[in-house]
Amino acid sequence: MAEPQFHTGDRVRVMEVFPLGHVRTPFYIRGKTGTVERYCGSFPNPEELAQMRDGLPAQPLYRVKFRQKDVWPDYRGSPDDLLEVEIYQHWLEKT
Amino acid sequence: MNDPGPYRPLTYFQLMEVSLRELLVEKGIVTEAQVAEEVEAMRKRGYERGSRVVARAWVDAEYKKRLLANGTKACEELGLEVPALKLLVVENTPEVHNAVVCTLCSFYPRMLLGIPPEWYKSRNYRSRMVREPRAVLAEFGLDIPESVTIRVHDSTADMRYLVLPMRPAGTEGWSEERLASLVNRDSMIGVAVPRV
Repeated sequence: MAEPQFHTGDRVRVMEVFPLGHVRTPFYIRGKTGTVERYCGSFPNPEELAQMRDGLPAQPLYRVKFRQKDVWPDYRGSPDDLLEVEIYQHWLEKT
Repeated sequence: MNDPGPYRPLTYFQLMEVSLRELLVEKGIVTEAQVAEEVEAMRKRGYERGSRVVARAWVDAEYKKRLLANGTKACEELGLEVPALKLLVVENTPEVHNAVVCTLCSFYPRMLLGIPPEWYKSRNYRSRMVREPRAVLAEFGLDIPESVTIRVHDSTADMRYLVLPMRPAGTEGWSEERLASLVNRDSMIGVAVPRV
């Protein structure tokens, strides 16, 4: 299992990269900055599983909390509104 | 006789399903009867299990704490088997309203809520719920005041979400069964709230 590197409250940025294949990081969240809400446990990497490999070492998975206004600058609604997305560690970098 | 409509060849995915199923049967891994039984069980599964979990949390504060801390274990306490389900329960409060979507596909806590409704899988809901949740909720007839924070959960990976709605006023002293009857599917996805 890959060692979890982030903790609740850490500011993180989702990498803005566009690899081919089966990826579970939505396009709209790439390049956005948010806060780690919690560590969810580690799971076999789905990008590897999709290639019929074992997906090991397991990748730490986090729930990352974004302010809607940081994701969509023209967001209509309360400035406190939140969007939470599950992101694997290898997609995150510390800001 | 009813008009069967125009001839339609199998789609790619239908063909894949038939091929895989026939192969599994041919190799003796499952029988046709087992497949039919499982499909039937899946079709019959409604959202009643989810309602039971919510009603228990409403009447038992200690249970609610355990449910919010570890959803999977708390379901097992009620005898609800939720294999392959890492359940996260998110609680609505007077300050926060939660709603669930899966923008990538249609991840959904089927073991608790049954088969997802068509709209949950639609491109419209999936793309707009993360972009303009207040407008989408209004279309469901749910107007959330600006003073309440909306928390949208995009179920993109290994977690499954269940919204724990607020217990409506005027239900003091109700039995767990009666409370459960108020909790419908949509209120556990977060596009509705239970009403008396």
